[in-house]
Amino acid sequence: MAAPRDVTSLKQLVLGRKDVQDLSDTETELPHELMTVNMGPSHPAMHGTVRIVLSVDGERVVKSDVQPGYLHRCFEKESEHATYTQVFPYTDRLNYVSPMINNVGWAMAVEKLMGLTARIPKRTEYIRVIVSEMSRITDHLTCIGASAMELGAFTAFLYFLKSREWFYELLEKVSGARLTHSYVRVGGVAKDLPDNFDADLTRTLNETEKVMVEVEGLLNNNKIFRDRMAGIGAMTKQEALATGCVGPIARACGVDYDVRKDYPYSIYPEVEFDVPVGTTGDCYDRYLVRIEELKQSIRILRQCLKQIPDGPTMVDDPRCSLPPKRDTYNTIESMIRHFKHIVDGIKVPAGEGYSFVEGGNGELGFFIVSDGTGRPYKAYCRSPSFVHLSTASQLIHNHLIADIVPIFGMINMIGGECDK
Amino acid sequence: MAQKVLDALKQHHASAIELTESVHGDEVAWVKREGLVAVATWLKNDPSMLFDSPVFVTCIDRLDWRPVGLPPSSAWNESKPRFEVCYQLRSHTHKYRLRLKVAVPEHDAHCPSLAGVWPAFDWQERETFDMYGIRFDGHPDLRRIYLYEEFVGYPLRKDYPKEKRQPLVRRDDLPINPIKAPDGGHHGDR
Repeated sequence: MAAPRDVTSLKQLVLGRKDVQDLSDTETELPHELMTVNMGPSHPAMHGTVRIVLSVDGERVVKSDVQPGYLHRCFEKESEHATYTQVFPYTDRLNYVSPMINNVGWAMAVEKLMGLTARIPKRTEYIRVIVSEMSRITDHLTCIGASAMELGAFTAFLYFLKSREWFYELLEKVSGARLTHSYVRVGGVAKDLPDNFDADLTRTLNETEKVMVEVEGLLNNNKIFRDRMAGIGAMTKQEALATGCVGPIARACGVDYDVRKDYPYSIYPEVEFDVPVGTTGDCYDRYLVRIEELKQSIRILRQCLKQIPDGPTMVDDPRCSLPPKRDTYNTIESMIRHFKHIVDGIKVPAGEGYSFVEGGNGELGFFIVSDGTGRPYKAYCRSPSFVHLSTASQLIHNHLIADIVPIFGMINMIGGECDK
Repeated sequence: MAQKVLDALKQHHASAIELTESVHGDEVAWVKREGLVAVATWLKNDPSMLFDSPVFVTCIDRLDWRPVGLPPSSAWNESKPRFEVCYQLRSHTHKYRLRLKVAVPEHDAHCPSLAGVWPAFDWQERETFDMYGIRFDGHPDLRRIYLYEEFVGYPLRKDYPKEKRQPLVRRDDLPINPIKAPDGGHHGDR
């Protein structure tokens, strides 16, 4: 017959604890040493290829070294050897979830140096804002969907990707390519919107709103989702500013900074929208800010569809617009102009300028130095992902390994943009 | 708008500011290397400036600088410093923007680090070091960020050919790839 259980012997079983009731981790006296774990470069829960060398104490991260660069494709070096128009396909591949915004950002930077900013036709500006906001929607849908999937909510992922696909299909109708659009040109856009675009977009927006109601119902008060997101990876407003954070991450911390409002460009002053700002700066607030931005983008798109005027889609300036095809084939002057335009590139006056737009992840800027030839002397991309990733080490500090997944998901590091 | 910033800079740090200019609406202040940290600290903390949010760091290599449409005197020559380190700053409170520029000569490619003033510049300065080989004095952890430690040279310098290839990490403890390229080099060499 077994002896009655003795409490004192049980005490010894619970090693390092003062007594059986004490379940805290504070009084541990177990011998332990730090373990080094490599997370990435190829890890199913990582957005893009990034390596984190973690020093963990049990499950807790005590030190980490985040190493980007696995996707470095020499954007800046290649740009120095390409004409200004040839850079557009490269910008597509920076943030490949919202390529249109990169296109617009690059075009605006070149236009700034050429002094064309105020001369872009109204319809062109509206088209640019429409495609930018559609891109912002695809960006946020991907970010939220993928993060939710990594926390186990696979349905939300499928719903949002279904919706994203509608936007990709629409953008494919606009530009001809599903993902790498290269739709914007210096001085305008490649072509006008397709027929029935209004009806298609309106339908897509209505359907997307329905999807969002479903997904919000699945996620917002989901216990697992909230437990994994709330209070995780929090940052204060001061930290967000000092580390250069922008976009939804900074706004979740209470930094009311949105390029579209603070340094208004294009036709953003003509549309009404609100900038959501969070309070706690944790992953859950980042999620809520993104959800609200989706709604605001839909609101902007509806207004744009109402307000878009008729007009040209290219500025009338021989420096950057191609001659009409009819003239190119029939007159020698236009033929030569076309040839010089394509081969030598657009001549941008010597100088330098930094131009920025509100990308999916925040302030996306291009700093161009021109030496007066058809190719940029220097092209620098201020990528928000890179800046945000630099805070990752600080954000995951003292969290569990499992918390790295939502933190990384909500940082929304896009490998192409971060590594350039 | 931010002309105020340039005027205030000239007034408070007359000895450290070499030149101020406005280019395409961007305010630029050329700062002497020795005075950079003092100017940056003042810009960050002075209540009338409050440049609390850094934007980016990069560098311009002027080696091939022969601009079309500008007088020949503006072209680069040996007597001018080859590199310009650019710090772009933003004041969240006042909505100012400002670019600080520091001239860095080739033979002494050092620049004081501002990572201690704005933590965001930690990675950005590493990137600039990685691509241009500018050494940031006082940086807490200056090592390559995009490329691997064994990489030779600085790819965004103008004298680094675009076509140049370098074999990926060649480690002594690994066997060398026995397959030779036709020109006798290893695969990946060019």
